Amino acid sequence: MTHLLTLIVVLPLAGAVLNGLLATELRGSPFGRKFVTVVGCGMPILSFALVVRCFLELQATGGTPLIETAYTWARIGGRPFEISFYFDRLSAVMALIVTGVGSVIHIYSIGYMHDDKSYARFFAYLNLFLFFMLSLVLGRSLLVLFVGWEGVGLASYLLIGFWFEDPVNAAAGKKAFITNRIGDAGFLLGMFLLYWAFGTLDMDRINDAYKAGAATMIPASLAGILLFIGASGKSAQIPLHVWLPDAMAGPTPVSALIHAATMVTAGVYLVARMSGLYMHAPSASMVVAVIGAATAFFAATIAVAQTDIKKVLAYSTVSQLGFMFVALGVGAYGVGIFHVYTHAFFKACLFLGAGSVIHALSGEQDIRKMGGLAKKIPITFWTFAIATAAIAGIPPLAGFWSKDEILWNAFASSSGGSPLLWAVMAATALMTAFYMFRLLWLVFLTPSRMEPEAAHHVHESPLSMTGVLMVLALLSAVGGFVAVPHFLEPLLPLAKTPEALHHYEEPLKYLAIAIGLAGLVGAWVVFGGGIARAGALAARFAGLHRLLYNKYWVDEAYERLIGRPLVWVSDRVFLQVGDRMLLDGSLNGLARLAHRTAGVFSRVQTGNLHLYALLVLAGTIVTLAWSFRHG
Amino acid sequence: MDKVQFLLLVAVALFALGLLGVIVRRNLLVMLMCMELMLNGVNLSLVTFAQQTGTAAGAVLVFLIFVVAAAEIAIAIPIVLLLVRRKHTLEADAFADLKG
Repeated sequence: MTHLLTLIVVLPLAGAVLNGLLATELRGSPFGRKFVTVVGCGMPILSFALVVRCFLELQATGGTPLIETAYTWARIGGRPFEISFYFDRLSAVMALIVTGVGSVIHIYSIGYMHDDKSYARFFAYLNLFLFFMLSLVLGRSLLVLFVGWEGVGLASYLLIGFWFEDPVNAAAGKKAFITNRIGDAGFLLGMFLLYWAFGTLDMDRINDAYKAGAATMIPASLAGILLFIGASGKSAQIPLHVWLPDAMAGPTPVSALIHAATMVTAGVYLVARMSGLYMHAPSASMVVAVIGAATAFFAATIAVAQTDIKKVLAYSTVSQLGFMFVALGVGAYGVGIFHVYTHAFFKACLFLGAGSVIHALSGEQDIRKMGGLAKKIPITFWTFAIATAAIAGIPPLAGFWSKDEILWNAFASSSGGSPLLWAVMAATALMTAFYMFRLLWLVFLTPSRMEPEAAHHVHESPLSMTGVLMVLALLSAVGGFVAVPHFLEPLLPLAKTPEALHHYEEPLKYLAIAIGLAGLVGAWVVFGGGIARAGALAARFAGLHRLLYNKYWVDEAYERLIGRPLVWVSDRVFLQVGDRMLLDGSLNGLARLAHRTAGVFSRVQTGNLHLYALLVLAGTIVTLAWSFRHG
Repeated sequence: MDKVQFLLLVAVALFALGLLGVIVRRNLLVMLMCMELMLNGVNLSLVTFAQQTGTAAGAVLVFLIFVVAAAEIAIAIPIVLLLVRRKHTLEADAFADLKG
């Protein structure tokens, strides 16, 4: 038995260890930098090659999953807890995205992080992230998935706070980590529940048990909702979405890889992977769909008013993740994964394009101080434009196909689809197109509003960056022609749609195209001539603008409702009463008691030798008398 | 009163005199001498009992006590000398530094 799957997972770990331990020794020498680059990029590329190889093997056998046990972790009560890897079509798609997009982003980082003094540390963290992400995607049991899940959280924390000298970045890292903890608590409870019911955490076995109809011991919806709490933490859904926009404090390749293309889709993957459970949990599925739709809509409205190029993209990511969850919630699991797949391309391209813009402007991120960059950095502009059109749903680019499928399923699926859901998602799609083209116009097309100093330095990025942009733009353009839902159908059945609704499918498709174009036209009308008209609009709807610009004051509300009471309780109850009064008080009290009794007894020590001798005599006499009496 | 009883009485008298000396006298050297007196009282009783029972154990113990007493006095006298050198007095009450 070969160990290809284990090798796929372990190679990036080896890269992380090599770069983390050795490269710091080689710092400063030209050889060191080359070593870091070769190891840091080589390991993900090797992993990608192995994934492709496994994928071909999978195809050759017609989709029989490859299973590989690397190590038996523990054996408790006769039940083994194994670290085993599972490679079926779903994990294949995810692993291809993770290693493929991961590899190109590593290559992009060579150029982007070129001048950073912690070059080796960056690649070590990035490789570490890939290791955990691959164990998340390839793990057979929920336990391995959970280890990867926590591990990517750690890598995300390390990379958000990569420039930790600035306390803002460090705080953003902590926020991401702590917010995820809340979701993880739900995930853990879900795992306990499933283990209690089935005696195994292997996801394929749990799904099979549900499919066989044997699983009635626990309400599927309870387990489903608990797992979804975990997923909503990782995938930044309401109410745990607050960390993702702040996570943009990290370097841009990190935002592209972790906070757009791969890690944040882990929640989507989890729900799709547990589809057997969710198919039998209509209420949990409804929760997933409602939260997804609410998040998509809400984040899209915020994105319209943001002025930081990365924040716009961050809220757009949150919104697109909402789209994916809507697909999962209405039972179209394959479609959700399809959107993960297309989103990985265009969002990675957008983020890396934004990175290229920031690079060109020497660190400027405010879109009010950009404009007119199309001529100056043409490759970045064209790739960004293609990805923008893709996310906006302009056919025939990738985003159109997946988004159209989501809209159709939201409308017609017999397990939760409704015209209302469709309407919300269509409105969100309209806003998506609008704010993305707004970004395109403000950054690239309107007359320049740059500081003269910054404008002077504008330059196109090196080939390692633009080449990656071109690859991703190409994939954003043609990626939609791969019928992922169909490919996954044996694993994740398509959602059933009532026959009666089928005649709506064509008109809805044209409507979706019209929505994308309407967003384009709307953005052109408002922002085509610069920011003046937009400024007037913002002034007219000042209240609304302030609400959106301040992100509905969610952070402030959390601070008031959760943060401050928690600090108050910690300070007053736990610190002052619990720690100082009870713990310190009882210990100090004991010490004082000992001191006082010692004070009393020390008076016996008079220092008078004769008294001592007398006492010895008295003691002897008493002892003798006692032994005579009782002897 | 037979011989054994008489000897034991002498031994008790020696021990009691020594003990009284230790308790009453303040001169360190005298206190040491009184302790020797107590030891000798014990020695006498041990020898008497050994004679009475016809076993050697008591007599052997006496030799052990001699050795211990010699060692004890060999340590005690220098300590007393050092104490005297420090405070220029032999009064036991002067050395109440560890009073609680």
